[in-house]
Amino acid sequence: MARMMSPGLLRYLVSRLLRALLTVVGLVTIVFLLVRLIPGDPVEAILGDQAGPEEKAELRRALNLDQPVAEQYLSFLGDMADGSMGTSFRQPDRSVWSMMRDVLPYTIVLALAALLVAWFVAIPLGAIAAANAGRGWDKIASTVAVAGLAIPNIWLGPLLILAFGVKLGWLPLPGDDLAGPEALILPAITIGTALAAILTRQTRAAMIEVLAQQYITAARARGVPSVPLLLRHALRNALLPVMTIGAAQLGALLSGTVVTEKIFERPGLGTLFLDAFFARDIPVVQGCVLIIAVIYVVVNLAVDLAYGVVDPRVRLS
Amino acid sequence: MKRVRARLRKTPIGLAIVIGFFVLGVIGPWIAPYDPLVIDLLHEYEPPSWTHLLGTGDNGIDILSALLHGARLAAIVGIVVVGVSVIFGTLVGTWAGYAGRLTDHVVTGIADLVQAFPAIVLNIAVLALVARPGLMHLIVALAINGWVLYARLARAETLTLREREFVEAARALGVPTHEVLSRHVIPNLLGPLVIQATTGLGVVILAESTLSFLGLGPGKAVSWGALLDQGTSVLLRFPHVALFSGGAIALTVLGFNLTGDWLRDRLDPRLR
Repeated sequence: MARMMSPGLLRYLVSRLLRALLTVVGLVTIVFLLVRLIPGDPVEAILGDQAGPEEKAELRRALNLDQPVAEQYLSFLGDMADGSMGTSFRQPDRSVWSMMRDVLPYTIVLALAALLVAWFVAIPLGAIAAANAGRGWDKIASTVAVAGLAIPNIWLGPLLILAFGVKLGWLPLPGDDLAGPEALILPAITIGTALAAILTRQTRAAMIEVLAQQYITAARARGVPSVPLLLRHALRNALLPVMTIGAAQLGALLSGTVVTEKIFERPGLGTLFLDAFFARDIPVVQGCVLIIAVIYVVVNLAVDLAYGVVDPRVRLS
Repeated sequence: MKRVRARLRKTPIGLAIVIGFFVLGVIGPWIAPYDPLVIDLLHEYEPPSWTHLLGTGDNGIDILSALLHGARLAAIVGIVVVGVSVIFGTLVGTWAGYAGRLTDHVVTGIADLVQAFPAIVLNIAVLALVARPGLMHLIVALAINGWVLYARLARAETLTLREREFVEAARALGVPTHEVLSRHVIPNLLGPLVIQATTGLGVVILAESTLSFLGLGPGKAVSWGALLDQGTSVLLRFPHVALFSGGAIALTVLGFNLTGDWLRDRLDPRLR
């Protein structure tokens, strides 16, 4: 442990943590500014001319718009820091955080399931493609990857429902009872497909690099059969960059949950976000935007830190 | 004849899709057999037939006509958003890369912050700030994170161009900064920017469809995403609506992706 915590590593961890903290403060500020930068009266713009005076007064109060800007900012920061993240405009007795906490588990389970689906498809496919680089299997794998990237999740979801829910009747339809894990399969595939396409390409590239290393040639020369060679010697070393999902994939995963929860009529952060959007419940909209961005920053941080510990080269860059 | 056929075989399918998309975006509404806003309740959700080639949808609208009108909306949103993003992003990115120091830190910091929000989430947050989002709001919402990609690209390229001899020579000769940038730096950015913008068009068109699908699109306009949303709600009984509208979106996005890859192979000599 003492050897692991070298001064270089410590410096890396501290500077990375500070940067993440700064980013979160920046995110909070942007979310705060969004409403305040609307030209004219924000309440008028958000609610439109159909809204009654009480409704407008209520939103003005929920956003603290009747106070000076500096005070608004401080109380906004306070709401974020004490964990309540403000109160809902529709349900003034509920804090934004308590509303999000209720639905967050659904979204996290869905995102993890999608990630599993992506790994399950991408790692074998990418490995097979790399082992047969330039030949038939490689071309099939790259075609699958291109198709997976091109199919929008807003279309893939309905297609899957049609195929597996309606025609084959294997899996539950949207709105059916949510209890079983089988209700998770189609939503997870809907989000996971684009991710699998990206990861297949990454696995393939990482595997090709590893397969060109001298220790692989040496193992081959020693007569290690090709399947154990691929699995034990090559894949293990190629997996690290693939398992640590990158920022772009995480973004795809998080926006994917918003769309997929709507298609499959599932509760979750995305559904809460969209409901708040249509009700113009701005405090909840702000809370959802912020929590999604913070999840994004924190996961990136965790990945970076883990990488910095595992791979000393990362600290230098 | 043989040469024509050989050339045709070499014409990438992606480019053909993209050209087809833009042609339909221009002439689509004129060749559409019906007005997609006309209500015909007697013929709601009919399967494809000779009178309605792709069938009818909600309120009996002709799906082929709706798709042709939707192509124009997608093309307009795509071109305007990518155009604004490329121009703004290039100017800001070039400026940051060339000026360096504080300017660079501020621009990179803002870009990092914008990218910390998943794109669609930030778009929704911006659209939540207007009571009735219209086309203009949609374009602004999409451009708010659209510019970042081009700014990063322009900045990175400018950083290397700044150290090249011909730029240094121009500077040493006393050419004013704005002229160094406009005559020597920006022209050298065009190749990578064109590649990025091609893929970017597909991304924006998909984002427009997704926002319309979620019900946040411009109110009255006919959009592929809104059509897909209607199709999804009647999926179990009338799947053709979702199949055709989603297919249009998928084909267009595929076309732009393939064309982007193809351009990259052709324009980027480092990949040869």
